[in-house]
Amino acid sequence: MNIVVTVKQVPDTWAEKKLDAADKTVDRVSVDNVMNEMDEYGVEEALKIKEAHGGEVTVVTMGPAKALETIRKALSMGADKAVHLTDDALHGSDALQTSAALAKVIATLSPDLVITATEASDARGGVMGALLAERLGLPQLTQARKVTVDPAAGKVSIERLADNGYALVEASLPAVVGVVEKINQPRYPSFKGIMAAKKKPLTTLSSGDAGLDAGSVGLAGAGSTVVDAQSAPPRQSGTIVKDEGDGGVKIADFLAAQKLI
Amino acid sequence: MAEVLVLVEHADGEPKKVTGELLTLARTLGEPSAVFAGGPGTYAKAKPYLAEFGAAKVYVVESDDVADYVGAPVAEVLAKLVGEASPTAVLIAATADSREVAARTAAKTESGLIWDATAVSPELVATQGIFGGSTIVSSKVTKGTPVIVVRPNSTAPVAAPSSPAEVQVDITISDVAKGAKIVDRVAEAKSGRPDLTEAQVVVSGGRGLGAAEHFALVEKLADTLGAAVGASRAATDAGWYPHQNQVGQTGKTVSPQLYIAVGISGAIQHRAGMQTSKTIVAINKDPEAPIFEFADYGLVGDLFNVVPQLTDEVEKRKG
Repeated sequence: MNIVVTVKQVPDTWAEKKLDAADKTVDRVSVDNVMNEMDEYGVEEALKIKEAHGGEVTVVTMGPAKALETIRKALSMGADKAVHLTDDALHGSDALQTSAALAKVIATLSPDLVITATEASDARGGVMGALLAERLGLPQLTQARKVTVDPAAGKVSIERLADNGYALVEASLPAVVGVVEKINQPRYPSFKGIMAAKKKPLTTLSSGDAGLDAGSVGLAGAGSTVVDAQSAPPRQSGTIVKDEGDGGVKIADFLAAQKLI
Repeated sequence: MAEVLVLVEHADGEPKKVTGELLTLARTLGEPSAVFAGGPGTYAKAKPYLAEFGAAKVYVVESDDVADYVGAPVAEVLAKLVGEASPTAVLIAATADSREVAARTAAKTESGLIWDATAVSPELVATQGIFGGSTIVSSKVTKGTPVIVVRPNSTAPVAAPSSPAEVQVDITISDVAKGAKIVDRVAEAKSGRPDLTEAQVVVSGGRGLGAAEHFALVEKLADTLGAAVGASRAATDAGWYPHQNQVGQTGKTVSPQLYIAVGISGAIQHRAGMQTSKTIVAINKDPEAPIFEFADYGLVGDLFNVVPQLTDEVEKRKG
């Protein structure tokens, strides 16, 4: 199995996230950056499939130079090699542009399986799996809480999360699989893994190297523009009451006063 | 007036409340055209609802090809209609399934995409709360036909009866769009409770519940209030409640009229998914819990005493 897994470096989940004052893109400079937490599930699933069926796992990311830290993390978890698409011209690309750029790179790797996570914690679009499937012309097996691959039959099936249960979805390989949180238990990189990661093959591509048209990427070519951005007025804390044995009644009084019951 | 396409959100033809919200919003932007894509024989169930909420036209596709494959076929339908009807905008509900359809539609029509809008002005400027609602952004699509994904509970649905014209869409879904086949649908929870993202009232449980069986307390309160049940990540990580019900940064975002947090500390992970709720009530035994910093009404106490008492009291007052 030739498996590609996409990862994204994002501001630390626990950091207070901001937009850059000048160009209204996500501020990635003044905060600590980490691998998108959800992507760890994607990397883990890729490694599990490789361990079960053999093959190779290639990590693909698009992002600034320091996204290399996130690539290293995926490699130290056990991925075999990586492609880093990085170029100042890519800065400010939206999800549609990013999907087109990633698809172009991924297509050159001729994968059997492309694995993504459900969403990144900064943009929270939840659309990359669908967009990669669209761009690559491959089946979309997103929202997967369980993945079963049958390389001999050239098939993959998933349990796709639904509001009240799941849908069983099948496709032929190659396919795009999007995994949800909790599908597995992502491993921690071992010391040996961390040392090995430094020697694993890494290809760095500019947008030109990847064959991307300069006008199609970056903030200027994005499909939408931010007109205005403001900090939301912070929510005020309301009435805090200590339970004196009638706490439930007091809440009911509050709800009734607000006409909520 | 130019058309505004609204993708009908439904379960086997049964329309979801967000469809009425989208049609209400669409009426402020142009002439609302509903797009119904579902399995054979499902449209009849949606028809009266779409007329109730003022659809001027309904584009109908009823076939297994749109119902039994993930994502791509409905996007093909929408892309075709965008090409033919040149609408002002396409409005789609921010559900897990439909946001994927929206993205594919934007890609096919080379259009800009905005997700999780909570308002859209007549000039098509969309309002979004990003970073868990801490920053409010106004943005505008600058390319193609704006594809705008709108959060449930953003607009109050207002009826405006109409007699929509019905247009059967003549489309053959391509083979490439039929790559991911849904071979079975398995219901694991038949609760009869409202959908989490659509509910007017949500009662969520967290770490303070201490065990899976204690979620019964949360469910009982929820049922008394006609509410959906949510859970914090701590609770779903512990396996106490299904992942589908997780509210927060890596789960669902909800914006109900009333949100009751039971035994939830209110760390940023959870806060990001619920802080735009209209009224927040918190029950937690730790007076230092961050949730008390932004709850409208906080009760410091033992949830095992407070929640049953609250349930009884609500029941009593319902008469």
